[in-house]
Amino acid sequence: MSKVRVLVGTRKGAFILTADGARKRWKVKGPHFAGWEIYHVKGSAADPNRIYASQTSGWFGQIIQRSDDGGKKWSTPGSSAEELQSPDGMPKGESNKFVYDGIPGTHQWYDGTQHPWEFKRVWHLEPSLNDPEHVYAGVEDAALFESRDGGKSWNELSGLRKHDTGPKWQPGAGGMCLHTILLDPQDPRRIYIAISAAGAFRTDDAGQTWKPINHGLHSQYIPDPTAEVGHCVHRIAMHPSRPDTLFMQKHWDVMRSDDGGDSWREVSGNLPSDFGFPIDVHAHEPETIYVVPIKSDSEHYPPNSRLRVYRSRTGGNEWEALTKGLPQRNCYVNVLRDAMCVDSLEPCGIYFGTTGGQVYGSADGGDSWKPIVRDLPAVLSVEVQTLP
Amino acid sequence: MIRVVLPPHLRTLARVDGDVELEVNATVTQRSILDELENRYPMLRGTMRDHVTKLRRPLVRFFVCGEDLSHESPDAPLPQAIAEGSEPFVIIGAIAGG
Repeated sequence: MSKVRVLVGTRKGAFILTADGARKRWKVKGPHFAGWEIYHVKGSAADPNRIYASQTSGWFGQIIQRSDDGGKKWSTPGSSAEELQSPDGMPKGESNKFVYDGIPGTHQWYDGTQHPWEFKRVWHLEPSLNDPEHVYAGVEDAALFESRDGGKSWNELSGLRKHDTGPKWQPGAGGMCLHTILLDPQDPRRIYIAISAAGAFRTDDAGQTWKPINHGLHSQYIPDPTAEVGHCVHRIAMHPSRPDTLFMQKHWDVMRSDDGGDSWREVSGNLPSDFGFPIDVHAHEPETIYVVPIKSDSEHYPPNSRLRVYRSRTGGNEWEALTKGLPQRNCYVNVLRDAMCVDSLEPCGIYFGTTGGQVYGSADGGDSWKPIVRDLPAVLSVEVQTLP
Repeated sequence: MIRVVLPPHLRTLARVDGDVELEVNATVTQRSILDELENRYPMLRGTMRDHVTKLRRPLVRFFVCGEDLSHESPDAPLPQAIAEGSEPFVIIGAIAGG
C-alpha cells in the first residue's frame, strides 16, 4: 500500500509526518534541528530517501542538512563523521558556503537607495527531477545556486542576479527572497523562478540567461504598476503535464499564464480576497487549483476569521470555499507561501500548515479537512512525498 | 591544551558533549583557535565567522577570562590562562530574543 511522508519546516525545527495511503492515522516525528528555523525540507523525486533541509539562524547563519534514509539520520553534506575519516583528506565544510559570483553589486533598498547584495538564508531547495545529487537553492538576498555533489558545495547561476534589472529589485516585507523554483519536466533547460519583490523570471538555457516574465501583472503599490520588474510575486505553481500553464498568487491578485509566463491574466474571480501566499494544482486535474485567501497585506489572517481553502475546478475565476473541518470562527493564522502541497494518490491529498502550528490534511481533494497535528511551532513550509 | 566552550546549538551541530579540547600549534589568538576549531569540526565553518571575510557573525561573541574580546583584533595574543587551558575560550550566541 502506498504511503505519504509530509516534511514540515517550522520556526523551531523540522517534523516528519507519515501515514499509509488511507491518510487517516499519522505518526509525528521530530523536532529535528530543534530550535533552528527550518525554511524548507524537500525530497528528491529521483530518490525519495534523499531529503534536503535548509536550517538557518540569525545567530549562526545557514546550514544545509541532508538525509539519505528518508529522514531518520541527517548530516551536513561533506562533514559527516564518516567523511572526517576519509582517505581523501579533511572535508571542506562548504555545504553552507553560499558566495555570490564576482562582485555582488547592489539592489534597491526600502528607501529607494541602492544596497549591497548580502546572503542571509536559503528559502527554498528544489532537487533535480532526475539526479539526487543535483539540487537548486533559492536564497535571500535573491539569487539561485546549484549543487551537483549532493549539497557539499554550491555555485551561483549568476546570470539571474546579473540581469540588467537587478538594481531595480527590492525586498518585500519578508526580505528579498527567491522563493519559488519550478523545473519544467519536459524541457530540462527551462526553469521558472520568482522573487519578492522583483517578479517572475524564466531561463531556457539551464540558468545561463534569464528573462523577466511579468507582462500582464498589475501592482498598484509600485510607482509603475505594469513595470518590467518590482512585482511582489508570492508563489507560482505548475502541473507537470502542462508546463506552459502557470498559476500565480501575487501579493494581491491570482494570475494565470498559458504561454510559459510570457503573458498573464487575472483569475481572482469571486475570491473573498485575492491576497494570499500559497497556490497549488491538483495532482490529477490540471485545471483544479487551490489558494488560501488572506484578508490583506497588513492583516495576515483569513477574511472574517474563517480559515477557508478556495478551490477552482476551472483554472481560476470561479472559486468555491472549502470549509469542512477547518475553523470557521476566531481564526487568525496565516498560511505561508511554501506551506501547501499535494500528494499524487487517488484521491489527491492536499496539505497546508499555519503560523499557528497546525498542519491540516485533506484526503479527498479538499472536500474535507482534519488537523494532522495542532501545536507545532509556526509552520514555514510543507512538502509531501508519495511513496510506494 | 585549549578548552573551548561552544553554545548549545553549535555543540549539537558538531556532535560534541561538553567542552572541546584543542591543540593550537601557533600563537594562541582568536583566529588560531577558530582555525583549529573549524579544522576539527568543518560543519562549524560559516557559523561563527564568515566563510570568506572571516569576520565574526554579528550575534556571536567571544569571552575570555570574563571579558568580552569580540571587538579586539582576531590576531591579538590571548592570555596565558587560555593557552594553558586553565580558563576556557567561550563562544556564545548573544541574548537577543527569538
